[in-house]
Amino acid sequence: MIGEGWKKVFEVSANAALIGGLIDACREVIAANADHLSELDRAIGDGDHGTNMRRGLEAVYVERSRLVQLALPRALEEIGLTLVMSVGGAAGPLYGTLLIEIGRQLSGANGRIEFARALERAVDAVARRGRASPGDKTLLDVLYPVHGEVVRRAGLAGICEVAQRAARLTIGMRAMRGRAAFLGDRSIGHVDPGAKSCALLTAAICHFLEEQWPA
Amino acid sequence: MAGMNPNSANVGIVIVSHSPLVAEGAADMVRQMVGDCVPLAWSGGNAEGGLGTHAVDIMAAIERAWSDAGVAVFVDLGGAETNSEMAIEMLGEPRSGRVIICNAPLVEGAVMAAAEASGGAALARVVATAEELSP
Repeated sequence: MIGEGWKKVFEVSANAALIGGLIDACREVIAANADHLSELDRAIGDGDHGTNMRRGLEAVYVERSRLVQLALPRALEEIGLTLVMSVGGAAGPLYGTLLIEIGRQLSGANGRIEFARALERAVDAVARRGRASPGDKTLLDVLYPVHGEVVRRAGLAGICEVAQRAARLTIGMRAMRGRAAFLGDRSIGHVDPGAKSCALLTAAICHFLEEQWPA
Repeated sequence: MAGMNPNSANVGIVIVSHSPLVAEGAADMVRQMVGDCVPLAWSGGNAEGGLGTHAVDIMAAIERAWSDAGVAVFVDLGGAETNSEMAIEMLGEPRSGRVIICNAPLVEGAVMAAAEASGGAALARVVATAEELSP
C-alpha cells in the first residue's frame, strides 16, 4: 500500500539510498526518452522538451552527492530549485514548483502532513504557476489523476498505469496553454510532451519504489 | 534625494525573450528612445545559450534594472512569462511586490513603457500605458 510506503519514506527521510535512487531513476528515464520527448514537442511546440528535461536531470545528478545527505523534504526543494535554474523552458518552473512545494509542505508540518495532501497543494501550485486547468493538455492532466490515485491509496502499479493512460488521453485534447495553444485545433491528435514526461517520471518513480518496498 | 542614482527614481524596464538577439535588440530600441534615464536590462536564452528563458538570469536582469519605483517586465512567449514569475518570487518580499509583468507586445510595449517611465510616471501608469497596446 502506498500509505504504508510513504510512512516509510518519512521514517527514512535521511535515507541516502532513497534520494539517490529516485534521482537515478528519473535521470535514466529522461535520458532514455529525451529524443522521443523532443520529437513529440516538435509536433506541437518548439521541439526542446526532451533536451531541456535532460539538461535539468543532469544538473540534478551533478548535485547528487550533496542532495543524498539532506532530509527528503529539503532534497525535494533543492531538486526543484535546480530544475528551475537549469531546464530553461516552461517545464523548469512547473516541475520546479511541484517539487519545491511538495518539499515545503512536507517539512512545514514537522513531517506530519500526509503525502497526499502535500501533493495536492503542490499540484494546485503548478496549476496556478501555469494558469492552467485540467483538460488544457498539460502535465496537469497527468498530475491530477496521479494525485487521485494517491488519495485513494492505490498501489504503485495502479498509480503508474493511471499516469500512462492519463498521458494518452491528452491526444484528444486541444492545447490551451503554452506554445501548442497557438496551434488551436491542430494540437489535437498529439500527446502533450509535458504530460508524457510526467507519466514517464511517475513510472520510473513507481518502479523504483516497488523495488524498494516489495509487496 | 542627494547622492542617489538619478536613474533609480524612474521605473525600470526588463525585456525577456527566448532569443538573446530579440531581447538585446528590443533593449537597443528602448535605449535609443530614452537614453540612460531609465534603468534597463534584458535576459534571453537558456542556460546553455540556446533559445529559451532562465529564471536566475531573469532575476539578475531585474536586479540590474532595479528601481525603488518598481520594474516593468516584458515577455515574449509562454515560458518567458512562467520563468519571469519564478524570478520575481525568487527576488523575495518586499521587492517582488514592485515588479509587474506587462500584458503587452514585447517591443512596442517596452518602448512605450520606457517613454512613460522617462517622464517619472509611477509603475501602475507605466504598466497601464504599455497594456493599452493589447486588444
